[in-house]
Amino acid sequence: MRKVAIIGVGSSKIGVRNDVNVAELAFEAFKPSVDDAKIAPKDIEFVAVGSTGAGAWYEELLPAVVSAEYCGLTGAGLVRCEAACASGSAAFSTAYWAVASGQADIAAALGVEKMREIDTPTMMEWIGRAGYYLWEFHNFGLTFPAYYALYATAHMAKYGTTEEDLALVAVKNHKYASMNPIAHLQNRITVDDVLSSMVIASPLKLFDCCPTSDGAASIILASEEKVKELNIDAPVWVAGVGYASGTANMSKRLDYVGLEASVLASQKAYKMANVTPDLLDVAVVHDCFTIAEILAYEDIGLCKKGEGAKLLREGQTEIGGKIPVNIDGGLKAKGHPIGATGCSMIYELAKQLREETVEKSRQAPMKNYIALAHNVGGTGHYCYVTILRR
Amino acid sequence: MAAMPSIKSREMKIVQDIPISKTLQFWEGLKQGKVLATKCKKCETVYFPPAADCPKCLASDMEWIELSNEATIETFTHVVIRPTTFQQNKPYTVAIGRLKEGVRVLAWLTGFKLSEVKVGMKVKLVAKVSSEGNPTYEFTRPE
Ligand SMILES: CC(C)(COP(=O)(O)OP(=O)(O)OC[C@H]1O[C@@H](n2cnc3c(N)ncnc32)[C@H](O)[C@@H]1OP(=O)(O)O)[C@@H](O)C(=O)NCCC(=O)NCCS
Ligand SMILES: [Zn+2]
Repeated sequence: MRKVAIIGVGSSKIGVRNDVNVAELAFEAFKPSVDDAKIAPKDIEFVAVGSTGAGAWYEELLPAVVSAEYCGLTGAGLVRCEAACASGSAAFSTAYWAVASGQADIAAALGVEKMREIDTPTMMEWIGRAGYYLWEFHNFGLTFPAYYALYATAHMAKYGTTEEDLALVAVKNHKYASMNPIAHLQNRITVDDVLSSMVIASPLKLFDCCPTSDGAASIILASEEKVKELNIDAPVWVAGVGYASGTANMSKRLDYVGLEASVLASQKAYKMANVTPDLLDVAVVHDCFTIAEILAYEDIGLCKKGEGAKLLREGQTEIGGKIPVNIDGGLKAKGHPIGATGCSMIYELAKQLREETVEKSRQAPMKNYIALAHNVGGTGHYCYVTILRR
Repeated sequence: MAAMPSIKSREMKIVQDIPISKTLQFWEGLKQGKVLATKCKKCETVYFPPAADCPKCLASDMEWIELSNEATIETFTHVVIRPTTFQQNKPYTVAIGRLKEGVRVLAWLTGFKLSEVKVGMKVKLVAKVSSEGNPTYEFTRPE
């Protein structure tokens, strides 16, 4: 297998983007990524698109083809990847394999999502149906905040995690989003703001939830030979990719205090990259709801099981702590344009590793130049973990 | 929604006919007050929700068994902000309970004040027909 590098990244502004349609939004991320790589669309042989809401949250059924045409990519090999909220990571790993296998020298992963063309209850209906419609939605109306609330209740009962602990995740991530101009929610908040916000699905409140966002991110990948040929000065190497899945029925999971798919996917990625969690300089984890960030710390081995809240309380996941996490604002505040999120995570880590975050106040100090992205799809239905190295 | 210039997509109403032939006994059982599961005759694994085929040994020879009705709550949430098709419902509590057969059931929990609901609590699993006329099942207070 060949070594593969990220040679270009781009992102749109994330937020309510009713000024653009899906293809126009994809273009906003794609253009800067090809400029960054100093290539042209015709150099890209294969494109994997991550998008989840096709035909449901937005009108186009085939977002890969409309986006590819609009971005000048017609003719390239093309596929849309679905792994729920991890669709962007599924697209990234699909593009990665295309290059690693020797099938393509340059490939692109393009995540794009439009969530704000429909009203909130309809959005919650669509996402809620994305568990197991027949057994969990049809009669019981599970929403996504409710699914993660089930984890929160169990974690609180078993490990004594509190609503204040959950709130600390939101406070931290809003703080870093306030330093990130592409973030959806850039307001700083306090623990009290979180605790006094409206209950969505107990114990989760409005400020424990990610917003519903529109956004796009684009990543250009190339083989080692291409990196040399194109004279790329700061390639970011893909060191490890790991993936795993969990049961469709929530009732069939091992327990409700962690995501088995996260444990398995991270172990695979660490093994492939030959690194251990203590070597990471920065991580982005799937914090669609505040509890999810605490589960992630434990599942990917940043701390022991049950000690996620402690790690957070000690400030170890802030810049200056042991391992800064979600210093782009996370899904919680940067926003969660579902199918784009995986690519948006890679965008952030590439910028961090290249030490070119626009805002110096949120640059993680680099020692080993190793970064990890953890992206969950559904309620632990899918998990993708990617390890990057400069 | 759109405060920006936009055009409306064509309106379409979607209702799917979901096949239940292979689990018909389950849906019929609910109407008779029974919650049924399937058990693989080959490897003896019990399935809830009921399955006509066994993911473990890939056999398709199943028998129907009636589940005991005593469950222990493993986790729960009270859903306040509801999706479109549940707008007419009051906020509802969803719980996951474990049965002595080893399977878990996810269903609504009724008959308790929210402040009374605790992880580890014993509840009763009952079959019923919902106010909308759908066969369903829920956890409730044990007698
Ligand atoms: C939480 C949720 C129900 C709120 O929806 P909503 O009430 O329609 O929210 P709106 O976008 O209308 O925002 C209302 C206000 O709250 C703010 N807000 C919305 N979501 C917020 C959030 N998650 N955190 C902080 N503030 C938020 C908005 O900025 C807005 O403030 P403003 O009126 O000053 O502009 C919805 O965002 C949601 O379902 N989020 C989860 C999405 C999801 O499940 N994703 C998949 C996860 S894997
Ligand atoms: Zn079997």
